[in-house]
Amino acid sequence: MEVKKPKIKSMKYEDFKDNEYIEDLLAQLNASGVNVVVGKADQLLNWSRSNSLWPFCFGTSCCAIEFMCLGAARYDMARFGAEVARNSPRQADYIMCQGTITYRMAPVLKRLYEQMAEPKYVIACGACTVSGGPFKNSYCVVKGVDEIIPVDVYLPGCPPRPEAMFYALMQLQRKIKVSRFLGGANRKEKLTYDPEPCLE
Amino acid sequence: MADLKEQIGKLCPQAQFDTEGEFLLITIDDAQWHPLAVSLKRELHFDQLMALVGMDWGEALGVMCYLTNTESGDIVHVKVSTANRETPRLHSVSDVWAVANYQEREVYDFFGIVFVNHPDMRRFFLRNDWVGHPLRKDYDASPEKNPLRLDDETNEDYTCSWVEDDKGNVTKKHGLVFDFDEYVINFGPQHPSTHGVMRYRVSLDGEIVKKVDVVSGYIHRGIEKMCESLTWPQTLLYTERMDYMAAHINRHCLCLCIEKAMGLEVPRRAELIRLMMDELMRLSSHLLSYGCLTMDQGTTTAFFYGFRDRELIYDIFDRTCGARMSMSYSTIGGVVADVHPDFVNDVRHACDVIEKNMKEYHQLFTGNVIARNRMVGVGTLSREQAVDYCITGPSGRASGVHCDVRKTHPYSRYEEFDFDEVTRTGGDSMARYMVRMDEMLQSIKILRQACDKLEQEGIQGEYCAKVPKMIKLPAGHWYQQVEASRGAFGVYIESDGDAKPFQKPYRMHFQTPCFNLIGVVDLTCRDNMIADLITITASIDFVIPDIDR
Ligand code: SF4
Repeated sequence: MEVKKPKIKSMKYEDFKDNEYIEDLLAQLNASGVNVVVGKADQLLNWSRSNSLWPFCFGTSCCAIEFMCLGAARYDMARFGAEVARNSPRQADYIMCQGTITYRMAPVLKRLYEQMAEPKYVIACGACTVSGGPFKNSYCVVKGVDEIIPVDVYLPGCPPRPEAMFYALMQLQRKIKVSRFLGGANRKEKLTYDPEPCLE
Repeated sequence: MADLKEQIGKLCPQAQFDTEGEFLLITIDDAQWHPLAVSLKRELHFDQLMALVGMDWGEALGVMCYLTNTESGDIVHVKVSTANRETPRLHSVSDVWAVANYQEREVYDFFGIVFVNHPDMRRFFLRNDWVGHPLRKDYDASPEKNPLRLDDETNEDYTCSWVEDDKGNVTKKHGLVFDFDEYVINFGPQHPSTHGVMRYRVSLDGEIVKKVDVVSGYIHRGIEKMCESLTWPQTLLYTERMDYMAAHINRHCLCLCIEKAMGLEVPRRAELIRLMMDELMRLSSHLLSYGCLTMDQGTTTAFFYGFRDRELIYDIFDRTCGARMSMSYSTIGGVVADVHPDFVNDVRHACDVIEKNMKEYHQLFTGNVIARNRMVGVGTLSREQAVDYCITGPSGRASGVHCDVRKTHPYSRYEEFDFDEVTRTGGDSMARYMVRMDEMLQSIKILRQACDKLEQEGIQGEYCAKVPKMIKLPAGHWYQQVEASRGAFGVYIESDGDAKPFQKPYRMHFQTPCFNLIGVVDLTCRDNMIADLITITASIDFVIPDIDR
């Protein structure tokens, strides 16, 4: 079945270079019998959700400084409705994972992710979180955060420029805009972890 | 050097000397090491332990200790080793120089050398269930041994130490990190005010901090080990990712060290460009710490001011180096490309703007009554403590230590410039903050002079020396220090002279300023309020990856 180009009013298909993932997502939705024509209620939900993404402050190293620049005056993340950086995972919508994740940090990151409320998203920001980056050969660096948590958007760069971070943020917004929250849930990953420990 | 040799020879007749290298090398047996350390400090005033480098020489394990006399600036280094690889033991000098406490824990973590009489021999960087000691040459790096573990680490409630009695018998003893009835709260690793991933376990009495136990290593990336499998120019990359707020400066340091080992002459103009980049970096770093310190105390506006002006500096880096952060600009022999034609104008402009805005910063924050109440007299560090814990940089100078490497051991043409070493005597959070603010003015002063010099020597010109394709260093070891944004940054390199198929460092160690800074958190926070812990750590201003490497 051919996939229709997803239409998002405020973010044109042609304006983006990386569209495969969104087509994949649609193909998946189609294949599992979900109606891609998103209802009005869903549109409203998606509109509000994608324009008010609250990031979780999670920076372990260099990339975090660029993230701070995003929040500051010149780049001004507030234009995307994403300036309310939360210090508690329970209040955040997505986690922009900036910086190397080491073996010692890995369980902490996993727990923080589990503490976030659904729907939650992950942007792997910087070479380190995508693949281990310059530290790939180290004895104690995780080779990509996708070993621990599911990643929605991969953002290469060491560190990525603030403009690139915005691009990643917009890709995440598109992803949210084509999703359908009411009715069939499109989040296919089953909970792979045991939710018990979080209750402690 | 001959003088020193004679004096030390009198103190300890068993010591062997080597005057070939850049500093006097003393080789000594472990049995005499502790008495020698005591008399070096007492008689010859070697009051600061600059670096303690763990080493694996194949047949022996040991340490290299770099000592300095803060009055005369003399440097000596001591080599202590043990041939026992199964249960290597050396005597601790943490009772002589307080900074050795964490340094020795690092060496224990990486090499498995146990320091006898050390109060607290726990691992420092790696998980407490880690198998093996990674920097040993015979370390088994197979992932089966140390897989990615996703279970939570257990808290370490017991310290462990090896104590020697009068007869020389060593026994292992356990102590408590916190007493059973103490009220301990966890702080970090994911906390916005720790400026990264640092974890403290804080024991409280009401709101008063009784003890802080530092749990580090959440961003330990194993840089030193990875360097051992790369060529010399490749290792430069990691210097920028430790203290990313001193990226140029750290890289400059490693370049200087390798150039010193090669005997390479760097064009004077390249040195000048490096110097300018260093000062820009320092400005940017101090602006960031202004922003973070203010934000930690609730002044969000001041954060925006600091970041606004940093963008000017980022623009300069962007134009010349092609990147905002992690610039990879210095290289062995000079810099990788010439500066942008507008470089000098941009720098002048940035200097003018920042100098003008400094007044605003002071109006906004420095005079504020809340800021003063929270910072004046809080977290005081005396001069003696600063020397003992080897606190350098703005934090050291705030306690009145003259520790600016640009003045004490000038490098890269710093001796040609007219600037002051900013010192204060308060030693409290306010003094640390003010030293930083005043240093920014000094950096601007240096930059203005450098702009004039660069114009005289040509806005475009020679920027890199001729460097052989394959970089080979003779066998030996070298140590180089520079003044980074947060203190003296040192690089220790050792080469075995072997160059097949290409030469790799035998050992590379980074003596980072923040590693020493973390040593005084407990000291400065004790008996202050828990809320002051945030102010104090922000005023000490560390960058966590610089601690953990
Ligand atoms: S990707 Fe590069 S800049 Fe980002 S954390 Fe890793 S090393 Fe630092």
